Amino acid sequence: MKPSRIAAAVAALVVSAGVAGAVELPFDQIEAGRYQAVLGDCAGCHTAPGGKPYAGGVALDTPFGTLVAPNITPDGATGIGNWSEEEFRRALKQGVGHSGKRLYPAMPYTAYTKMTDSDVAALWAYMRTVQPVSNAVQSNKLPFPFNIRLLMAGWNWINFTPGTFKSDPKKSAEWNRGAYIVEAAGHCSVCHAPKSALGADKGGLTGTVLQGWFAPNITGNLHDGVGPWSADDIVSYLKTGVGHGSVGSGPMREVIEASTSKMTDADLKAIAVYLKDLPAPDKAPKPVAADDPAMQTGARIYAANCSACHNGDGSGQGALFPKLAGNSAVQQGDPTSLIHIVLAGSQGAVTTAAPTTPAMPSLAWRLTDQQVADVLTYIRNSWGNAAHPVSPGAVGTLRGELKKGS
Amino acid sequence: MARKLPPKDVVIVGLGWTGAILAHELTDAGLDVVAIERGPWRDTATDFNIGYMQDELRYAIRKDLFLQPAQEAMTMRNNTSQRALPMRDYGSFLPGTGVGGAGVHWNGHTWRFWQSDFQTKSHLTQRYGEARIADLQVQDWGVTYDEMESAYDRFEHLCGISGKAGNLNGQIQQGGNPFEDPRKRDYPLPPMQMTYAPTLFAEAARSLGHHPFPTPAANLSKSYVNPLGIAMGECTMCGFCERFGCANYSKASAQTTILPVLMRKSNFEARCNSEVLQVNLDATGKMAKGVTYVDSSGVEWEQPAEMVLLCAYGLHNARLMMLSKIGKIYDPQSGEGTIGRNYCYQTNAGISLFFEDKNFNPFIASGACGQTMDDFNGDAFDHGGLDFVGGAGINCIPTNGRPIGFRPTPPGTPRWGSAWKKATKDHYLSTFGFSSQGSSYAARGNYLDLDPTYKDRFGRPLLRMTFDFPDNDIRMSHWVSDRMVEIAKALKPKQYVEGRRNKSWSSVPYQSTHNTGGAIMGADPKTSAVNKYLQSWDVPNVFVIGASAFPQNPGKNPTGTVGALAFHAADAIRNQYLRNPGAALVQA
Repeated sequence: MKPSRIAAAVAALVVSAGVAGAVELPFDQIEAGRYQAVLGDCAGCHTAPGGKPYAGGVALDTPFGTLVAPNITPDGATGIGNWSEEEFRRALKQGVGHSGKRLYPAMPYTAYTKMTDSDVAALWAYMRTVQPVSNAVQSNKLPFPFNIRLLMAGWNWINFTPGTFKSDPKKSAEWNRGAYIVEAAGHCSVCHAPKSALGADKGGLTGTVLQGWFAPNITGNLHDGVGPWSADDIVSYLKTGVGHGSVGSGPMREVIEASTSKMTDADLKAIAVYLKDLPAPDKAPKPVAADDPAMQTGARIYAANCSACHNGDGSGQGALFPKLAGNSAVQQGDPTSLIHIVLAGSQGAVTTAAPTTPAMPSLAWRLTDQQVADVLTYIRNSWGNAAHPVSPGAVGTLRGELKKGS
Repeated sequence: MARKLPPKDVVIVGLGWTGAILAHELTDAGLDVVAIERGPWRDTATDFNIGYMQDELRYAIRKDLFLQPAQEAMTMRNNTSQRALPMRDYGSFLPGTGVGGAGVHWNGHTWRFWQSDFQTKSHLTQRYGEARIADLQVQDWGVTYDEMESAYDRFEHLCGISGKAGNLNGQIQQGGNPFEDPRKRDYPLPPMQMTYAPTLFAEAARSLGHHPFPTPAANLSKSYVNPLGIAMGECTMCGFCERFGCANYSKASAQTTILPVLMRKSNFEARCNSEVLQVNLDATGKMAKGVTYVDSSGVEWEQPAEMVLLCAYGLHNARLMMLSKIGKIYDPQSGEGTIGRNYCYQTNAGISLFFEDKNFNPFIASGACGQTMDDFNGDAFDHGGLDFVGGAGINCIPTNGRPIGFRPTPPGTPRWGSAWKKATKDHYLSTFGFSSQGSSYAARGNYLDLDPTYKDRFGRPLLRMTFDFPDNDIRMSHWVSDRMVEIAKALKPKQYVEGRRNKSWSSVPYQSTHNTGGAIMGADPKTSAVNKYLQSWDVPNVFVIGASAFPQNPGKNPTGTVGALAFHAADAIRNQYLRNPGAALVQA
């Protein structure tokens, strides 16, 4: 078997040498660009599951309809092979693509606008070295009138401020590095910032609902933010998918797998320092009383359905089963993610450091809307937790949406 | 006509314990590996769902996870004077199918065999003389315990075995098994917390001078991260191990210890619902070219490969060798031929103890949470004045209090109606049992071959099993049962009821899924199918890994040794075979 394997390896070397030779860009800049692609999680949208890198095809469900991420490989006909570096920079920083076509803000140019020119240049250099793939993607599947790209000019006029990142001289270099990653390439606000009716970020990272999940509060809030997490907890969560008793899943799973787990420890620490310092009012609600009927029913449902893995006291089991007691993710103002997980199940992120990918099974077939609401009210208000009760109506609504989506 | 696929370095038949271990090891060595599994893909959250896994009717009674006779039946008889008939249902033993194999639904007792087990023939001959084993066909394994030690250690740490060492580097450890051979380090996890029945059993056994210890368990006493980085959970003592997949990631299986890492390797592929029909040999019959299999839509495929690893259940390994014409089928008349030779089983007996004033809460249980004593196992005791060889571990491991299967009632109780209901209510909480798991020593007339009459759905002959308990093993079992009665009396129950082992073996009531032999390992190609590295003597690019390699079966559960043999074979392939592919690792 050896000769054939060696021949294959030699052939692979010849091919990659050919690609590199055709582009002739400095290695350091390409490597820096590769890292920018990690920070920006370009693959998260532009690489379809099981597909060729950056050849497009991930469908994004927005409140306005479906958008499909385009092919951004250097293929002339179907990718960005005919673009100039200037056009690439304009797309990233101003939301205007090749030949003046308006991009939709699902492409987070609202955040990338803060990237430095040198980081954009490095990213461009790297993208030129990606294997060109011929894959025509129809990006715009929005219904009328949102399918009119020119409308985005108006949207931008209201919602978009082009600009550059401004560091805060009063803060440490580490804090500023964290702020830059979070606000620019990392585009955390796209999921974690509350949204206006037009889908624009309203500022802050206190969480919002999207695609049937609630992207949680990641400010320094001591109740439902990352205030109680140590910086090391945050680093561990972003690097391995497991931290502070939480296991990353839902839409964050992809972010951890493709982006944060590949960031440097120094950058993850910088992110942690910045997030923990983000101001947010601590507004812990009064916990629902233990003798409330929902709490009493919820306790019984918890014992029968949840305690085998999460333990009777909500303490969880390390990297396997999330801790529920004192977990900020459980005490978010909006319980959408919790309802989602109970109804549809969920699987943890896979990383080199935490390869288990434990999964919670769907309990939709087993629990009624009322039962899901009661058990979540119980989880959100036991073992020191405090959060608004969950209504059966909210469970019913998401159950309907999940059925439609599946 | 089979359609031909692009070649692979290695094709593995069966993705259970051994298939997963070999696939992990050989993909780490850089080889391109495909595993072909005839059953379905199975994973914890999707297939062992916490919401319905404890469905006793579906899994334990209707045997949802097991091989069904419609897929592959076997024929059985007790001796060559009888005509073998197909088993209409699997009863006495329950082979697994699907990803994870029988490792999905095992209890988790994880043993090391002893040096005296690996050298059964030479050890017994040396101690008791040749005449003592004249009516048996016991053999040496061709490996020593010392050669297997690190392989055992790796399997135990892969699984997160909960136990207490009895012999660390020659130092006997208080509370462990004093009869075990030296281990280099302790188990990765401490023993499980004992329940009441095994605690009482151990006290009684100790009062008689015996040496009970916590059974080494693949149900985890604590949460654990194994050397592959895979996290496992602490056992919840739900009492649904044997016949069930674990919903809590707390019983070691391919799913909970290897697959999360293996399935993401780009040089590994698993093809499920695909049944291998045969290993294909070249024109000389001395080298394998790959395998032919049928997928779920009935399409036949040829998968060429440089190496073929048979990692199916032991019985199926033996049958595949026969169907593929690898080696010569054993003939009990002449004693010649190696494939099918030395089929062995397990010689079990039990005893139930009924109390009036005790509450054992039998539903708080796990498959391997209990106490064992090896005072009468193997050759731990002097057989000088006795009329048998071999022995049995005595196990008090109450695995469950499940509502259908666990209904202990004293003899004389009606089988149904109000009196039966009252009796089950009176005795459910206050009854426990213990059992002897006895050795099964090879005899010339116990073997496997191909049935001359009955065929499977592809037209291939069924496996024919010719087996009865050898007289030696029956004598052994009765002697150990006498010892169990002594322990029972020391426990002072209101009543005890014996379940002794007598001839003849029946395929109907469940006894044990510890079928061994049929492709045994050894030092002599005339009496063994594979060498000490599990490499076929006849076709050197075929390795046959599993309990099929046991020359005879000691009084212990086989999985620990099966896992260790998988690591042992993987080492030989990685460190020796790949340097000179196609060559025999041991000269005949």
